[in-house]
Formats: sequence, structure tokens, C-alpha cells
Amino acid sequence: MTIPEIQKKIEEGLPGSKVEILDPYRDGVHIKAVVTYNGFVGKGLIEQHRMVYATLKEELKEEIHALALETRSE
Amino acid sequence: MEQELKVKIESLIKSEKVFLFMKGTPEMPQCGFSAGVVSTLKQQGISFGSFNVLSDMKIREGIKEYTNWPTIPQLYINGEFVGGHDITVQMAQSGELKKKVG
Repeated sequence: MTIPEIQKKIEEGLPGSKVEILDPYRDGVHIKAVVTYNGFVGKGLIEQHRMVYATLKEELKEEIHALALETRSE
Repeated sequence: MEQELKVKIESLIKSEKVFLFMKGTPEMPQCGFSAGVVSTLKQQGISFGSFNVLSDMKIREGIKEYTNWPTIPQLYINGEFVGGHDITVQMAQSGELKKKVG
């Protein structure tokens, strides 16, 4: 799965969110998603991460090796 | 989820105040995120028990279902799920982690 595909999946799953994907090691594998989404307001960190994970349910089983997450609201 | 598996997972979680499901062992982590949580806990001076999910496929899959959390490592404090790598690091930085351990 490519980085733009991951970005698209999260953005579609959380409408209105802004998603930035970082690839700090430039290996396309150990990636980090920074997700800004108003729907996170009032939710704890666990719930915020669960919401992002839910958009990548299938991919996390196999294709995505390592995804770091940072979640914030505007 | 099988009752037997659930009981096993719950007894692990409750076996220590701070408990970590990880890939590998604290001495030899097998994944960068597991290594990250171990070093965070050590830096904070927090002692913990751990289970190597690579040694048991049933627990490896079961723990994801049990907590509704798709990735490992998973950290528990006082029997309560705290989060994965990113949340643990964030809580350590804010001082919240130490407070939670008490």
C-alpha cells in the first residue's frame, strides 16, 4: 500500500480531516500519520487512535508494517 | 473469543501493576515500537511485567480482539489499557504516565 493510498483511506474514513504522512526513514514502511480532525474533540487518546485505526482495519492486519500516529484537533 | 484465552489474557494483565504485551523481550525487543515502550518505561523508572506475543500466536491475535486495538505493543496499568507506543511516549512526556503508576 502506498503512502497516498493510506492518506486517502484515513481522509475518507474521517471526513474533513487533514492527514499528513511522514516517512522519516524514507523507506515507505515505518511511516507516521499526523491526523488533524475536529471529530477528536472531547475524546481521549485511545479513542482518537481507535478512530484512525478503524479506517485502516484491513490494511493493519497485513500490509501496514509500522504506523506511528499523532492525533490532534484544530 | 474463547473463555480460556480470555482468562489467560486477564490473568496476565493483572499479574503486575504495569504490564506490557510486546514483540520480543525487554532485553531483546523484536520491533522498534516495543523497544520504544521498554526504553520509555525504563527511563521513567517504572518496573513492569511483559509477555512476548511472538511466543504465542493465540495471545498475539487474542489481545488485539480483547482490547479492540489492532497493534502491539499494548501497555496496561492497574489492569486498564493505556495505549500503544505513541500514547505511552506522549504520556511519559507530559508526566501523566508516572502519575498513573502512582
